[in-house]
Formats: sequence, structure tokens, C-alpha cells
Amino acid sequence: MAGAVVTESSCVWIYAVADEAAPPFTGGPIGVGGGPARPLSGAGLTAIVGSVAPSEFGEAALRQNLEDLVWLERTARAHHEVIETVAKERPVVPMRLATVYSSDEAAAGMLRERAADLRQALTRLTGRSEWGVKARVTMSDDSAAGQQPETDGPASGSGAAYLRRRRAQLTASQDARREAVASAHAVHEELGRLSASARLYPPQSPEIAGQSGLMVLNAAYLVADDRAEEFGAAVTELAARHGALQLTLTGPWPAYSFTGQDETEDAR
Amino acid sequence: MTYGNLATPSSGSVRRSGVAGGPQTANLADILERVLDKGLVIAGDIRVNLLDIELLTIKLRLVIASLDTARQVGINWWESDPWLNAQAADRAAEKSRDRHELEDENRQLRNRIEALESGERNGGSRSD
Repeated sequence: MAGAVVTESSCVWIYAVADEAAPPFTGGPIGVGGGPARPLSGAGLTAIVGSVAPSEFGEAALRQNLEDLVWLERTARAHHEVIETVAKERPVVPMRLATVYSSDEAAAGMLRERAADLRQALTRLTGRSEWGVKARVTMSDDSAAGQQPETDGPASGSGAAYLRRRRAQLTASQDARREAVASAHAVHEELGRLSASARLYPPQSPEIAGQSGLMVLNAAYLVADDRAEEFGAAVTELAARHGALQLTLTGPWPAYSFTGQDETEDAR
Repeated sequence: MTYGNLATPSSGSVRRSGVAGGPQTANLADILERVLDKGLVIAGDIRVNLLDIELLTIKLRLVIASLDTARQVGINWWESDPWLNAQAADRAAEKSRDRHELEDENRQLRNRIEALESGERNGGSRSD
């Protein structure tokens, strides 16, 4: 086995599964735990796996480490990077983070057992990629305050005038929110028409997303690769049509959001 | 509610964030919601998987997702999502705590107003 030192006590981390008939995966990218990814065959499928130390990825250690956000970030990024690299060359079914087996034999056994599901997922994902679209709208009571229509002359400092002004601000900001949500619905519907399937995620908080504004759409779309350009153009067009929304397009992603479970194929 | 400096948005903008090869690294929240929440779920024989990851996912989603934001704008697309229901009890507890705090604050404010109105302005310097 080229380069990979596989001791008997290593655990096997699975990144993704590909068809053996696809351009072969011979190993390469450094992944979780610092070791290289390598192929593992079974049932006509190739699992992209890595050997990981039980001291870090065994049952007890894994449970503890998953609670550590720094460890989790490092591991999630390493997992994602390997999948992203191998997905460029061939269709893959990405596995959820921390799918770990005790040995190559156990992992190959899973390939045999789940071969039908895996093939079905591969067929569905071949020639398609996931694209992420988020919509934000920047609004706050402060921004509404900038648009207050009139002041009541000398009396504008009074309590009643303040309350009136405040009510107008709140109404304006509620209207703006409603409008933003309606726009997000329209965007989602339109992009859904260009997609084989769509998934909604909860909105991300501004602190985590590293961007300001209220997120009103966080969605993933499974798009045929030959329609990717059309999809991108549609996002641009929708951004122009819904001027209040800032749209963010990410991708192409490995098709994490469309691996098959509770999947309703919705090719409109 | 403000988060640091709110940049003025340019209308109708599309920002492209590369996830591959580009100069921009993919956003951690984007990665986590995908690799934890989605991805094919097959229990390995290292039995940490399903339950612990469900729990972790719930915890992280509380961080990643802005529930307040969702409630505020009345977005309910994902309300059928089981994890939200799992959190309902927690959220109810949180809400009632918030309410208690508000009630306390109201009581304190009422007391203060009463004190002010009954003319007890001992040593208080009024500004304006």
C-alpha cells in the first residue's frame, strides 16, 4: 500500500464513496488526523477513506472531541477538503462527518451491505452539483429612522411625537421584513424550477456568518452541471429584480445536501 | 439590534463566495451545516455516531442558526424539522425566563416612577 501506514489498531474514517468504474482514485489529499486519503474497494464501489488513530478518533475520544469547537472546525474542514478534492474528478456520495469503522474489513462490509443505496445515490448525483444561495436584507430600527417622513415642528421632541415616530418606524421595519421574506420565497421558488432538488437550512446568525443583515433564505440546490451557468445567471437576475436582497451564491459543493435520505426527488 | 458596523448594502448585489480553490475559504457555518446535518448517514461500527452526532448537531444549530431571526421574520419553512421541536421545551424555558426578567424590570421602573412622582428626588440632579 503506497505510503499509508495501516497498523492493525487504526480506525477507518470514510469521506465519500465513488463508483469503481469512475476515474480511479489512487489516494492523495491529506485529510482528517493528518494522514492521506486512500481507496478501499468493495462491491464495485470505492470508498475514499483514511486511517485515523483510535486515541483521537476512537469511540470515547471522538465523543469528547466533537464537543471541542476548535477540533471540530479542523476536522470538518479536513473532511470537506478531501471530499471536495475527490469530487472534482468523479461523482461521489459524501458521508456525514465522523463515519468511522474499526477496520478495513468492517468498512468494506458496509460497502457490500449498502451497495444498492450508494449506487442509487451515485446515479442521482452524477452530472449534478450543489449550489448554496443565501439572501440577506439589511434592516434595523435605525435604518427605518432614517426614512421618517416628517417631524412635527417644535413639538417633535414631545413624548407623544416620539411615540408616533417610533410607531411609524416599527411599522416600516415590519413591512420591510414582510417584503424581504416574500422576495426570498420568490427567489427560492424560481431557483427551485432550475434545480433537480432543493433544501432549506435555517438562517445563520450574523455573527457566525460573518456578515451583517437579517438572513431570510439559506438554501441548497442540486443543479445539473450543464445548467450551472443558467443557474448563476438566474441568481444575478433575481438579485437585480429583488433589489432589497443581497444574494450570496456558493458552490459548486459536493452534493452533501442531497445524499438521499428523506429525499423527495423533485425534478420540475 | 446592531452588529458592529452595518455597511450600507448596494442594491441588487450578488456576492460569490468560492468554496473551492478560490481565495475565499468556505464559511465554517456552511461547512458544518453540510457535513454534520447532511451527508449520507451510515452508522460506523465505532458507535459514536448517530445519537451523539444528533445531539451535537442540535447544539451547533443553535449556534449557527439564528432562531430569533427566524421567529422575528416569521419564517417557518423548517418548522416541520424535528430538531426544532426537540428544542421547543428549552425555548419555552428561555422565554419564560426572559419574561420574568422583563417583569422584574417593569416592577423596578414602576417603583422608580412612583418615587419620582411623589417628589422624592433626594440629591437627584436633573439633566434637561
